[in-house]
Amino acid sequence: MRMNVMKLTKLGLLVTLALILSFLEAQVPPLTAIPGIKLGLPNAAIVFLLYAVGEWEAGLVSLLRILLVSVLFGSLISLWYSAAGAILSLAVMILLKKSRKFSCITVSTLGGVCHNIGQIAAACLITRTAELVYYLPVLLLSGTVAGVLIGLLSGIILKRMEKL
Amino acid sequence: MKRRDFLVIGSLLLLSLVLLFVLRVGKKAGNEVIVRVDGQEQGRYSLSTSGQYELNGGTNILCIEDGKAYMESADCPDKVCIHRGKISKAGETIICLPNRLTVTVSGEVEIEGFTG
Repeated sequence: MRMNVMKLTKLGLLVTLALILSFLEAQVPPLTAIPGIKLGLPNAAIVFLLYAVGEWEAGLVSLLRILLVSVLFGSLISLWYSAAGAILSLAVMILLKKSRKFSCITVSTLGGVCHNIGQIAAACLITRTAELVYYLPVLLLSGTVAGVLIGLLSGIILKRMEKL
Repeated sequence: MKRRDFLVIGSLLLLSLVLLFVLRVGKKAGNEVIVRVDGQEQGRYSLSTSGQYELNGGTNILCIEDGKAYMESADCPDKVCIHRGKISKAGETIICLPNRLTVTVSGEVEIEGFTG
């Protein structure tokens, strides 16, 4: 990946955008008592990058985002937990996008679902409590719904940005 | 959006709904909660006796009232465990990730169609 000033600036802006989206989402009171049910706004920035720029860049921005979120608002434990979700989600989204078989809505949906699966797996490992898998069905459902919405949003952004 | 997109998203929705129906979490009342820190059992508290308990050397305070358990306070910033509210059914868990602490209602979670 060659880095020129233009690209560095663009990626810097997108890291900031993803960070702001994470912060905004953290300000919204949780919809339900179940931890982990959320829209996943920062994923819109990642899906946009994946299609408009490239896989490496999407990965870089995603990892920088979780690192910054953990340093600014979280802890070492929350870093492992977020990283598990983000890395699994990113890997699956990159593979699906490269297959060229699915729309960005499906890519974002499976990304959302895998984010939740990764986080539950990390939470199970950190607390060594197997009963946490019982959160999985409801998180699969919420991840699917949130992923479709974020996918639709990313589709709109990609279309509009094309004109720029 | 192509047909296979609808197929994937539809199957995900179906799978999660089937799992929600099949795994009967939150259906059967439990008798006690198990407190674990780092997976190590720290204690069991009966749901039939009301009380307040300091967990993990005071980082979390658990309350049991009217057969339900809830987290009264926690020293972490996110308060996810307090927000979880009251639990009383087998398999329900309160999680406090920063303190690696979980409170689980004991008892087997039944799977629809199997009785054991």
